[in-house]
Amino acid sequence: MTYRHVVGPRTFVFADLAELMAKASPPRSGDRLAGLAAGSAEEGMAARWCLAEVPLADILARPLIPYEADDVTRLILDSHDAAAFARIAHLTVGDFREFLLTASSETLAAIAPGVTPEIAAAVSKIMRNQDLILVARKARVVTRLRNTIGLPGTLAVRLQPNHPSDDPAGITASILDGLAYGCGDACIGINPVSDSVQGLTGLLHLLAELIDRFAIPTQGCVLTHVTTTLEAMNRGVPVDLVFQSIAGTQGANASFGVTLAVLKEAHEAALAQKRGTLGDNVMYFETGQGSALSAEAHHGIDQQTLEARAYAVARAFRPLLVNTVVGFIGPEYLYDGKEIIRAGLEDHFCGKLMGVPLGVDVCYTNHAEADQDDMDTLLTLLGAAGVTYVMGVPGADDVMLNYQSTSFHDQLYLREVMGLRRAPEFAAWLARMGLTDADGVLLPGGGAPLLAAAPGLATTPELAA
Amino acid sequence: MSREDDPAAAWRRLAALTPARIALGRAGSGLPTREVLRFGLAHAQARDAVHTPLDVDGVRAGIAALGFESVVVASAAPDRATYLRRPDLGRRLDAASTAALAAAAAGDPVDLALVVADGLSARAIHEGAVPLLTALTPALTGAGWRLAPVVVATQSRVALSDAVGALLRARAVAVLIGERPGLSSPDSLGIYLTFDPRPGRTDAERNCLSNVRAAGLTPDLAAFKLHWLIDQALSRRLTGVALKDESDRLLPGPGPGAVADDARLTPPPSAGEDAARSGAGEGNPLPERSRAS
Repeated sequence: MTYRHVVGPRTFVFADLAELMAKASPPRSGDRLAGLAAGSAEEGMAARWCLAEVPLADILARPLIPYEADDVTRLILDSHDAAAFARIAHLTVGDFREFLLTASSETLAAIAPGVTPEIAAAVSKIMRNQDLILVARKARVVTRLRNTIGLPGTLAVRLQPNHPSDDPAGITASILDGLAYGCGDACIGINPVSDSVQGLTGLLHLLAELIDRFAIPTQGCVLTHVTTTLEAMNRGVPVDLVFQSIAGTQGANASFGVTLAVLKEAHEAALAQKRGTLGDNVMYFETGQGSALSAEAHHGIDQQTLEARAYAVARAFRPLLVNTVVGFIGPEYLYDGKEIIRAGLEDHFCGKLMGVPLGVDVCYTNHAEADQDDMDTLLTLLGAAGVTYVMGVPGADDVMLNYQSTSFHDQLYLREVMGLRRAPEFAAWLARMGLTDADGVLLPGGGAPLLAAAPGLATTPELAA
Repeated sequence: MSREDDPAAAWRRLAALTPARIALGRAGSGLPTREVLRFGLAHAQARDAVHTPLDVDGVRAGIAALGFESVVVASAAPDRATYLRRPDLGRRLDAASTAALAAAAAGDPVDLALVVADGLSARAIHEGAVPLLTALTPALTGAGWRLAPVVVATQSRVALSDAVGALLRARAVAVLIGERPGLSSPDSLGIYLTFDPRPGRTDAERNCLSNVRAAGLTPDLAAFKLHWLIDQALSRRLTGVALKDESDRLLPGPGPGAVADDARLTPPPSAGEDAARSGAGEGNPLPERSRAS
């Protein structure tokens, strides 16, 4: 179906919904690289105006990628909750924006199963940053494994203690430092250099023993390929959380070496481990705009819409954690701080609107036009938007992955400015350990109680291996 | 034990266990001033590495001093801003360069073409290319390989070497290229070796030596490994996943442990200069985070 919009003497024509949505996207380098971006600022606004008048029911009726051609489309449509959608079925995209601005948290939770990724992406394209923040803040998603993540007024942190050679002592040192800053309630998650089952096994045991030793109400994760984690589970290695990078098309997922069937198998295996104490959300997914284009599996669809489709994949497996790695892919997808900030807010909004526990890896690489000030801005905006969790990387410098994320200090800043607390079980543990006061404020002393409780780790960390 | 009673000493000991920025201290919720400035300096150096233009004349002079001819080429990316947004243009030669290389290849086919390319860090080339070539020269001359002129390439991605190698009718091409600068490694050089180069090759068809710099894989060791890989590539007529770097077996002693991490068998997805969009390279940006090899 062709879409048209008239602006004065000019008529803008959009061949189909995919083109309309792509041209309605706020500018970013990845859509230009793919040849999908609007040709002028005026065309971009004409597309947004036109998109605002499209009924949500039309978006649902016109899959951007055919049902027969893509298993993510099939997942979206087969699992669509028509009853939840009924409350918004009569709205246009423009109406939906206004509906969202006035909706209560309960209403947002009720419609979430009826919101497809294409609907979420469409409305996000006509929303300003403040709209994305305001609506996301109301959309709460709570998940549980060994603690409770996503409660209003809380922010969790993934402690990311990576090391360039997976050295157990070096990883342990970073974990202790992060715990001393009150990080780690989302999870303690290592990106390993090695993808071998042996390497994974050693790191999983390290995490399990550390978490047991201090009785930390949190979960460990080693971010290897799902098939490696499956193999580890088959060998009886303790796995709290199954990790996988996912994308919004079948082809892009294939380039990651995953299928929906493999994810289902891993999900069931992780549930069978029964390592949760409070809940059974056992999956952890990462996503990021541009991954489908990078895999040459984008079907002529803009990168932000495809990113939202990845959340439909995540949603099917009731994940504990999902985060977009918003500035990691590089400037050919998100060029500068402005594009990274916009994408981070869009991703977080779309995820929350769809009922997914979205966190954000607020990050950039050294060849992007971005710096710490941009990250401070995005982090602060996400704090206002109620982001589920962010990363805690020592000094914001990941010495294994060679990019800059958010630091142990950054989360302290955000808590102080926004009054955000940690997951309640984890907060209680920090207070019991003598690392924080009853209000969650770090006590002076440089984490001495933690070191005192772990003399072996502090003086002979190699034993931790 | 007194060390356990003194948190500062314990943290110093822990900090020595990792290059990660731990035990930084804090001023309220913020970093100490010293750490803010230290980070800012590292980022400034990495930014400069990305944006400093390649000193083509200086690099050519260094190459000439080693007794090699050189040819200068440019990719189809006209400037740095375009280069960063359009990796596809950085993989193609501009028209003038294509013509120049066709002229340079008027003679017989060669065994090896060497390309020195800015990639994402001209600094890595300024500081690392000549030391690497100096260490490699005895092996190059000793092996008796027919060599093409050394090609100096600007605004270049790894895959530009496919076009260069094909035009020069080289059996194999090795590109020395500035890697995406890390905060603590603005000078990191990558080397990608491709047998039977032609446009369309994927990263899975290359062998890579990463993190070549004084504080990483040293130029001498990198040259040793590269020589071994070239020799194997020419005799076995392949590069990529089927060619494992077993050069360590030729080294005396128990083998340098650190090398195993630095000298990867196939291109390390994120350590490359954001390299070719194929295979294990930038084709899969998210799994890079797990550095699956």
